[in-house]
Amino acid sequence: MTGLRLILDSVGHAYGGMTVLNALSLTAEPGEVLVLVGPSGCGKSTLLGIIGGMLAPTAGTVVIEGEVAEDCLNPLTYVFQDFSLLPWRSVAGNIDLVLAARLSRPQRAERIAEVLAVTGLTEFANAWPRQLSGGMRQRVGIARALAVRPACLLLDEPLSALDAQTRDLLLDEFASIIARASTTTIYVTHNLAEAVRLGQQIVVLSRRPGRVAAIIRIQRPLAERSARDPDLRAIEQDLWTMIRADAAAAERERLNAPA
Amino acid sequence: MPRLDGPVRFRAGGFAPRDRAWAGAATLLGLLALWQAGASAGWIKSLFLPPPVAIIRALWHLTLSGELWRHLSASLARLAIGWITGTLFGVGMGLAVGLWSAVRSSGMAVVAALFPIPKIALVPLFIIWFGIGEGSKIATLAFGVFFPTVIATAGGVDNVPRGLIRMGQSFGLSTAAIVRSIVLPGALPAILSGFRVTTSIAIVLLVAAEMIGAERGIGAFVLSAGNLYDTDNLLAGIVVLSGLGLTIAWMIGWVEKACFTWR
Repeated sequence: MTGLRLILDSVGHAYGGMTVLNALSLTAEPGEVLVLVGPSGCGKSTLLGIIGGMLAPTAGTVVIEGEVAEDCLNPLTYVFQDFSLLPWRSVAGNIDLVLAARLSRPQRAERIAEVLAVTGLTEFANAWPRQLSGGMRQRVGIARALAVRPACLLLDEPLSALDAQTRDLLLDEFASIIARASTTTIYVTHNLAEAVRLGQQIVVLSRRPGRVAAIIRIQRPLAERSARDPDLRAIEQDLWTMIRADAAAAERERLNAPA
Repeated sequence: MPRLDGPVRFRAGGFAPRDRAWAGAATLLGLLALWQAGASAGWIKSLFLPPPVAIIRALWHLTLSGELWRHLSASLARLAIGWITGTLFGVGMGLAVGLWSAVRSSGMAVVAALFPIPKIALVPLFIIWFGIGEGSKIATLAFGVFFPTVIATAGGVDNVPRGLIRMGQSFGLSTAAIVRSIVLPGALPAILSGFRVTTSIAIVLLVAAEMIGAERGIGAFVLSAGNLYDTDNLLAGIVVLSGLGLTIAWMIGWVEKACFTWR
């Protein structure tokens, strides 16, 4: 396995007076896919922001350990829920953006061609983002992330903006891409089917303030998992049982919150 | 209970105006024709409003004599230098206001205090500061262009989705690369919209500045024609100014089209 070890020690975060994460400790091993699930507002995305250095925790520390490959340009790399593509750059241009300062033109062209081939976008290198479907835009997001050869992939609900059919199709591709990249992966989702399809360590967060409520480990390799796997369906059901009460309470809380 | 027999009535029409390029030209030509007809019929006195034919004739003579180019070239030089100076400083200040807290509040306070001042009122002050020559005229234009450019640029920067900037940061892009590749292109539509406003302001200020102490320039020409009750030439000068405004607007539209093929 390659990738970084991520160690979160008593991480906490508060927005003003509102604590969203409380004393959260966990470890993602090199090459492991760690999935964060939990009810709405439990701080999953906040935690991902802290892990990637985009938010400063108000308590605790996040430590990375391990060596990164020579060609790694951005060890901790995000894939965003809203794709975050520059509409004024073509597909290739969006990928080139994150390589431009660090590689020569021929090296960039080579990497762009490679990641476009991995994500099935070779024919769309010169297309504008507006010309692509949601699923294809997220493929560009993945291609851009892979282009920097990350040591740790941070995916923030990458499929939630897509329709159900596209989500299912892309989920299979994600599983295969993540398995091949074999980087440490932190995957935030509220979709439990995605969690059991991809997660090797599934961390269930409690409702706000988020704490680790449970950790479930699935040993089966990603390549051997399928959407209809009955064992995975059973784990998904267990997860839902764990989350359901918290999810309902979080929803009630949200409805009662002042506008 | 009332019955509802028959086909469903279509209710979603209208509220979708379409551009008809020919309609604009036809309207202008129609107005010109009416104007000419009114003058030919004797309903409009040529001293008050010379007919289009007389204006065209005046324009023709001005062009042949080289008088038009003498004035227009002076005006174009002032317009270009003044507008470019104001725009460069304005875009720079707008970016600083949009990007850095240290500049934001103080910069916007100065802009808010000085923007509403009619810049024409400052021309005498600029003459005292920069002299009666080119300096005061260019300063008037640059000053007038500067403030709306700051506002347009800062607004454009504010409207760049923060998520895109965070994306750049998450990939380790330098501040310069983020400004160059994300902030500036993201703010460009607002900046170019600002250009439409600032070029019009610049033409207004150009004429005003040239009416005070200039020998050459369309503003000086219009003023001198007015003083002589030479309304043919006066309106010829105004037509030139209108043509200048239209040409600049067309050029900005062309730049917008070229820059925003991605839309």
